[in-house]
Amino acid sequence: MSETASAEKRIVYCHCAYARVVPPEVKEEVLEGLANSGVAFDAVPDLCELAARQDPALQRLAAGDAPVDIVACYPRAVKWLFHAAEASLPDAGVTIHNMRTETGEATLAAVLEPASSIELEEAKA
Amino acid sequence: MSAAEATVRVVLDQQDGPILAPERRNAVLRSLLEGGYTVTVTGDERSVSPLDDAELLVLRELGAEADHDSESTEGGLPVRVRGVADLDDVGVLEMVQRHGHGRVAPEWKPWFPVIDYDRCTNCMQCLSFCLFGVYDVDHEKQIDVANPDKCKTNCPACSRVCPEVAILFPKYKNGPINGDIVQAEDVDREKMKTDISSLLGGNIYSLLRQRHEHAASRFSKERDETRALKERKRCLAKLQKDFDIPAEVLDQLPSAEAILEKARGASTKSEE
Repeated sequence: MSETASAEKRIVYCHCAYARVVPPEVKEEVLEGLANSGVAFDAVPDLCELAARQDPALQRLAAGDAPVDIVACYPRAVKWLFHAAEASLPDAGVTIHNMRTETGEATLAAVLEPASSIELEEAKA
Repeated sequence: MSAAEATVRVVLDQQDGPILAPERRNAVLRSLLEGGYTVTVTGDERSVSPLDDAELLVLRELGAEADHDSESTEGGLPVRVRGVADLDDVGVLEMVQRHGHGRVAPEWKPWFPVIDYDRCTNCMQCLSFCLFGVYDVDHEKQIDVANPDKCKTNCPACSRVCPEVAILFPKYKNGPINGDIVQAEDVDREKMKTDISSLLGGNIYSLLRQRHEHAASRFSKERDETRALKERKRCLAKLQKDFDIPAEVLDQLPSAEAILEKARGASTKSEE
């Protein structure tokens, strides 16, 4: 594990617990796809849960200079969950992928390739 | 919201030494996530989130004889390396649980309002509406979700009275309350619901007060428990339908006196 911050892109995956709002098969496909691809990534059990208890892990996940792909749910929800935990995401360099609306295959393709999908800026619309 | 203490950061090491076979790695990863742990998986490409104050618990596909404790070269953080080759996914989870807590309150579904401050106008309708003390104002008089754990699971009612569609429940089934993009027609619809709530009796408190007084009066005069109960159910069903409030939440509504006291407090805060 690298102990220094790098400008290399990061991936954060949310395993969305408690509710089936993210189709389980999409979650599983994305999680396994990330793990099998050999890339490094951070996986969290549930962003809502971390935000509710203001878990310091959110500060860590929002920090650093590297651009970050967050694989979770609606961009507006993700943005304000981080804000609720006093770990606001930067306005630039954050791409949020929505497993509630995208297939596992499409999500993986977007995350594992350089091209980005939904920019955080769009969440303001 | 209250801040949590730093927890252990689990690192599934897939770079140094023997690595977990794919099927086993995925089972371990899933088990840790379902146990409430944040896991960093190392790999050949991409970086991971930077170090913070969390202790590192590094899991490697080695025997227990490889276990050792050290410090990170940067920051001097405690690093505990543990071999997991002899453990199945449940055994790995149990070993990790001995090092630090994962899910703090597994019985609580993290259901609470999240405010979109790009849309919020600080009108305080949510503060006035919520009967359970979820909202408060911060030191800058900005509306704040002060007590998320007081929110009633699956109740999105406050988001239905927000005229700006600024309140999200990320685990809600439908948009825009779930965080989906807000369309112009959504704003119109939510405003219409607010109007409906006004039409029902000026505001939610007066509606509830009237319902309570009406039911109490009927009960005392007629001594007809069945009829009073029927009336209560009728009123509650209307509220339930209009605001998508779970029945069990309506069963937990405070007394009329407590509601009035709450309304007075909210009114004072919004006028300060």
